[in-house]
Amino acid sequence: MSPVGEPPILEAVALSKHFGGRRRLFAASAPVRAVDGVSLRVRRGETLALVGESGSGKSTLGRLMLDLMPPTAGDVLYEGRNVGALPAAGRRALRRDLGIVFQDPFASLNPRMSVADIVGEPIWLHEALSRADRRARVAALLRRVGLRPEHGDRYPHEFSGGQRQRIGIARALASAPKLLLGDEPVSALDVSVQAQIVNLLEDLKAELGLTLVVVAHGLGVIRHMSDRVAVMYLGRIVELAPVDALFETPLHPYSQALLASVPVPNPRARRPRAPLEGDMPSPTRPPPGCHFHTRCPHARPLCRELSPPLDAVPGDRAVACHFWAEIAGAGAGAPAPAPSAAFTRRLTLFEAKAAAAADPA
Amino acid sequence: MAEPAPPMPAPTISQAPLPQAPVLNVEGLTVRFAGAPAAVVEDVGFSVARGRTLAIVGESGCGKSVTSLALMGLLPPAARVAGRAVFAGGVDLLDMPPRARADLRGDRVAMIFQEPMTSLNPAFTIGDQIAESVVRHRGATARDARARALAMLDLVRIPAAAERLDAYPHEMSGGMRQRAMIAMALANDPALVIADEPTTALDVTIQAQILALLAGLQRDTGTAVILITHDLGVVAEVADDVVVMYAGRAVEGGPVSALFDDPQHPYTIGLMGAMPALGRRTGRLATIPGAVPLPADMPPGCRFATRCPFADARCAAERPPVRAFGAGHGAACWHAPIEGFGVAA
Repeated sequence: MSPVGEPPILEAVALSKHFGGRRRLFAASAPVRAVDGVSLRVRRGETLALVGESGSGKSTLGRLMLDLMPPTAGDVLYEGRNVGALPAAGRRALRRDLGIVFQDPFASLNPRMSVADIVGEPIWLHEALSRADRRARVAALLRRVGLRPEHGDRYPHEFSGGQRQRIGIARALASAPKLLLGDEPVSALDVSVQAQIVNLLEDLKAELGLTLVVVAHGLGVIRHMSDRVAVMYLGRIVELAPVDALFETPLHPYSQALLASVPVPNPRARRPRAPLEGDMPSPTRPPPGCHFHTRCPHARPLCRELSPPLDAVPGDRAVACHFWAEIAGAGAGAPAPAPSAAFTRRLTLFEAKAAAAADPA
Repeated sequence: MAEPAPPMPAPTISQAPLPQAPVLNVEGLTVRFAGAPAAVVEDVGFSVARGRTLAIVGESGCGKSVTSLALMGLLPPAARVAGRAVFAGGVDLLDMPPRARADLRGDRVAMIFQEPMTSLNPAFTIGDQIAESVVRHRGATARDARARALAMLDLVRIPAAAERLDAYPHEMSGGMRQRAMIAMALANDPALVIADEPTTALDVTIQAQILALLAGLQRDTGTAVILITHDLGVVAEVADDVVVMYAGRAVEGGPVSALFDDPQHPYTIGLMGAMPALGRRTGRLATIPGAVPLPADMPPGCRFATRCPFADARCAAERPPVRAFGAGHGAACWHAPIEGFGVAA
C-alpha cells in the first residue's frame, strides 16, 4: 500500500447520487438520496472495503467511482484527473483501467455467449488483436483464474457458481485494469467456494499489483481481505479506519452496533446482546442531523440538529460522530476466544493434505 | 477427546441424552425424486426436545431445506419420502393422512421461511393472515382471532402493533415482515417450529434482533426449534445441538460445543476453516477443493470422497458408518480422527 501522503489512485469529492424525485402531474416524489456528499480517497495498492447494510449506498458509491453512472453532484478523480471532464477517448481508457466483478455470477454473464467470447469481449473492444492472439490471451486469462483453456468453448450454464465467478473475474481482468471493484463478489457463494474466490482475488491483487475496492456486507470477508474499511450508513461514511483498528476499537456507535451484531462462530463467545433497535430510516426521508441518531443509544439533542463531519482522528482514521471521544470503548467487544487446539490441529492437517493433493510435485 | 468407538448399529447421528421425551424424533429420513439417480436426502436422523434448538447446517444442495419440507409434508408429489418422524411421542409426520397433517401444520408444528415477502400473501393484511390461522386451527371467533393477532404482533415487538394489524406485507420492512411471520408461526403455541434460514435475507443488525427475539420467545414458550441454516456463526450463537449435512447425508452431529471444539469429519473441519474469522488475519482461508458432485456422479461410498484430501479407495466404495466420539457426538468418516491418518492405515 502506498504511504498516506501519496496521491490517491481514485478519489470521490463530495459525491452525491439522488434517484427519482421527478415532478409528476400532481405531486413531487421525494428523491432517494442513495449517496449523500461522500468524499473518499482510494490509495494505490490497498484493499478498501465499503461496508454497510441494505440502503447504505455502498454499491451506488462504488458504481459512481467507476463512472458507471453520473453523479448528481460532486466529482470523481482518477489519478488526479476529473473523470466527468474527460473527453470520450479518455473515458474509454478509464474503462480499461477500472474493472468490476459483480455479485451474481448467474445474472452477470450473458447465457448466449461462450466463455471465450465473454472473456474476450473487453479485449476486442479495447485492442486490435488478431484472432489467434486474442484466443491465446483468453486462454491465459482462464488459466490465471483457475479454469482450463478448453472451458472457453462452453457456456455459462455449464458451470457452478464458483466457476462462473471465476469467469467474471477473468472478464474483469481482460483489459488489464489497475483497479478492480468487487461488488459483493462472494456473497452469493457457499462458504467453501467463497474461500476459493477470496484467495483468488488476493493472489491476483498481489501478482498484478491491483488496487481492490470491495463492496460487501459480510464482515468476516471484510476483516480477512481489507486494509482499510469505510462504514456507510444511509448514504454517508460514518467511519473510515484500518481494518484491525475498526474491528478492535470501533469508534462510531453504528460501527459498534454493526460489529456487535455479527454472530461469532464460536459457541464459547456467546454473550447477551442488546441488539440495535429499529430499522434504517428510508433514504427518501433521511432524518435531520446525524442520520444515525434515530437508532443511536448515545444520541443527544445536538445529533438531531447538526450532521457531524467525517473528522480525522489519530491512527489514520476518521469518524463522523459529535461524541465519539466520549463514547469510545462502549462497543469494544471482547476478542473472540481462540479456536480449540483439536480444531486447529485438524485444520492444519486438512490444509497440508489438500495442498499436497493439489500439487503432487 | 474420546477414542473412536466401534460402529454403532444405526447409521444415524446420535445426540446427547435428551432431558425428556423428544418433541420430534426423526429416523432414516430419505427423500428421492422420481427418476433422480441419487436420493437428495438419505438416511438422516436427529431429535429435538422441548425448549431446545437443533441446527441443521450445510451448503447449497446438502438437503437441509428438503429435510424441513419433508417433515412439513410440503414436497411435490414426485418426491418419495421414507423413514419415520415421530412427533410428540405419537404420530408419525411422514405417515399421516393429508387432512390430519394439515390440521397439525400451522398449529402444533409451524414453519418460518427465509423470505417473508414470498411466504406472506400480498393481498391480505398482516392481521388477517395471523387471524386466519387462529380461526382455522382454534375455531376462534373473528373478534378473538383479531385480538390474538394483535397480542402476537405485540409479542414480536412490532411497534404500533394496532396500526400494523391492517398493514399489507409490502408496507413493512424486511425485518418487520419477518417478525410478522414469526407472530403467525407462534400464534397457536406450536410445540415445534421449523425455521428455514429465517435471517438469511436480513441485514446483520436486523438478524441480531430476530435471533434475540426467537431466543426470548423460545425461553418463554418452551417451543422446540429446528433451525435450518448455512451460517456457522448463527449456529454457534443459538444452537444446542447441530447436524452437519453434506450432499444429502448427515456427516456429523452432536452438542454445539463438541462440534466446534472437537470437529471430526473432514467436511466439518474444512467448512469451519473456510469461514473467515472475525479476529486478526492469520493467513489464507482454508478451501475445500472442487464442488458438490452432481447426483449422477455421486460416489457409492462417502459422498464427500470426491473432495476430501483424506479419501482413499474404501471411502469412495463403502459408506462410512457413524461412530461415536463422545457423549452424543457422532461422525460418519472412516478416517476420523484424522490425526491417525496414515499412522494406522
